[in-house]
Amino acid sequence: MSVMGIRIERGHRERRWRELALGIAFISPAIIGFLAFTIYPVLMALYYSFTDYNILQPPLWIGLDNYRDLITRDKTFKIAIWNTLYMVVIGLPIHLVFDFLMAMLLNVKIRGRSLYRTIFYMPSITPIVATAILWLWIYNPQYGLANSVLQALGLPTIGWIADPFWSKPSLIFMGMWYGGNTILIYLAGLREVPAELLEAAELDGANAVRRTWHVTLPMVSPVIFYTLIINMIGYFQYFTEAWVMTAQRSGAAGGPLNSMMFYTMYLYQNAFQFFKMGYASAMAWILFLIVLVATVVLFRTSGWVYYRSE
Amino acid sequence: MATEARSIATTPRRYGWLASKQSRERLQRGVAYLILSAVSIIYIFPFYWMVATSLKSDQEVFQWPPAWIPAVPRWENYPAALQYIPFWLYMKNTFVIAILSVIGTLTSCTLIAYGFARLRWPGRDVVFIAYLSTLMLPFQVTMIPLYIVFRHLGWVGSYLPLVVPTFFGSPFYVFLLRQFYMTIPNELSDAARIDGCGELGIFWRIMIPLTKPALFTVALFTFLAQYSAFLGPLIYLTNQDQWTISLGLQLFKNMYGLQWQKMMAASTLTMLPPLILFFFTQRTFVEGITLTGIKG
Repeated sequence: MSVMGIRIERGHRERRWRELALGIAFISPAIIGFLAFTIYPVLMALYYSFTDYNILQPPLWIGLDNYRDLITRDKTFKIAIWNTLYMVVIGLPIHLVFDFLMAMLLNVKIRGRSLYRTIFYMPSITPIVATAILWLWIYNPQYGLANSVLQALGLPTIGWIADPFWSKPSLIFMGMWYGGNTILIYLAGLREVPAELLEAAELDGANAVRRTWHVTLPMVSPVIFYTLIINMIGYFQYFTEAWVMTAQRSGAAGGPLNSMMFYTMYLYQNAFQFFKMGYASAMAWILFLIVLVATVVLFRTSGWVYYRSE
Repeated sequence: MATEARSIATTPRRYGWLASKQSRERLQRGVAYLILSAVSIIYIFPFYWMVATSLKSDQEVFQWPPAWIPAVPRWENYPAALQYIPFWLYMKNTFVIAILSVIGTLTSCTLIAYGFARLRWPGRDVVFIAYLSTLMLPFQVTMIPLYIVFRHLGWVGSYLPLVVPTFFGSPFYVFLLRQFYMTIPNELSDAARIDGCGELGIFWRIMIPLTKPALFTVALFTFLAQYSAFLGPLIYLTNQDQWTISLGLQLFKNMYGLQWQKMMAASTLTMLPPLILFFFTQRTFVEGITLTGIKG
């Protein structure tokens, strides 16, 4: 095992093997988990995506038919993609900007800051199903709180999630309510911005807006990038809220005119309600590729992220 | 003179009273108070509305404009809600799954994180990055094949598909624990090694006691994630007696005629355990999130 003619001392080599064996031993649960719960299912999903498979009969190879049907025939699939992109392109930035502004405010040295922090964090630890049911009631078009607030303000009432135009904005608004996790991550990032830098900028005559833009934002850009990636992947998998709010006893879900039919909901329906496992697997792989491409694009265009160690 | 005014912050020139640092900061704080208070009220109100609805009578629920405060709080809505669905059974099921998952996660993730943080072995960092990158994999991709495997094993309709995988590590918690382990000085382990302590001994006697706060954080996160999990239980818990509370709450919605007060009463009770847990562990939460958030 000598590399490039260099003689490796025997004891040294043995030690390396021992180190490797020990390391592998400690991470062996991860290796088993990785093979059993990641590699195997990912490859099997790829295989199933080329088959017609209803679980009861063995999978039947049909080549690219699932993909072709999804792309050329399936109207619901297109609606689900459109709705999901709506959340990623419109909901995600609104969510991140709002959370960042809240974090900036919570970073100002005021009394009772921890109380405010608790208030902002509370919704994000409550179970999502309970949250969705609560907002279903708030958004009730006839008796809901949301419309009574609009009325009190002298505004016209709207249908909220019962109205195809307002249903997704309603979900985005609801999502702003439980952004506590992201706020806390931003807050942690803001605390690491060196006070000297801000003071120096102030001495140079930079006002608050310019200090935020030229000092704070670059310093917390790695944190922003992290929340962007994590929340984007989360929005692509948007499911529970919309499912709980729209699922009927009959098994139908998706809200008015499928305006709340998101990608993962349709995937779930195909797999576990229609038992089209091959079709759903093709959907899963398409989602995987979309998330992968979006992530790579974000990394490629991450020139605005500033790493202090560089 | 103009350049001087710009460079010396204490010179009050351009903005009158706003130019002094103290008054500017006071204004800043005032604005922050105002906005935070306003948004806080909006944040709290849904909670209030839930509890208020849970105490209303039938007429009050369907009253327009809505009654802000129930005239006579109807506490009997709570026992009624608990009878409407097998609430305590679902709570018990939820706790069993969550606690077993906490045990699984702590057992596997501590060992794995130790292997990545404290042992030096060839290829370690490459393997770690590969392992972490699986965080990007949407759950939906593995969902169907895993369902098929668990179905073949006869595990569908039991807790096994939800609990067993937690014994094989989760990249997110491994990452979190590794961050904690890296902060412990190497001298401690080296001293123990010289004294003839094996790696498992070091792990058990030094690392575990020193990282109790980290373990607590991971336990909390795991518990809360499992407590409110929905998609996994929806797929695997086909037997209604094994449902978790998240699945059970759906029963109010799907029954004929929505029972809003009972639904809000059950939702209120469902929200309580995480909120109570949070109030007692606030510091741990903040530290945990601080660590997971950044410092990659």
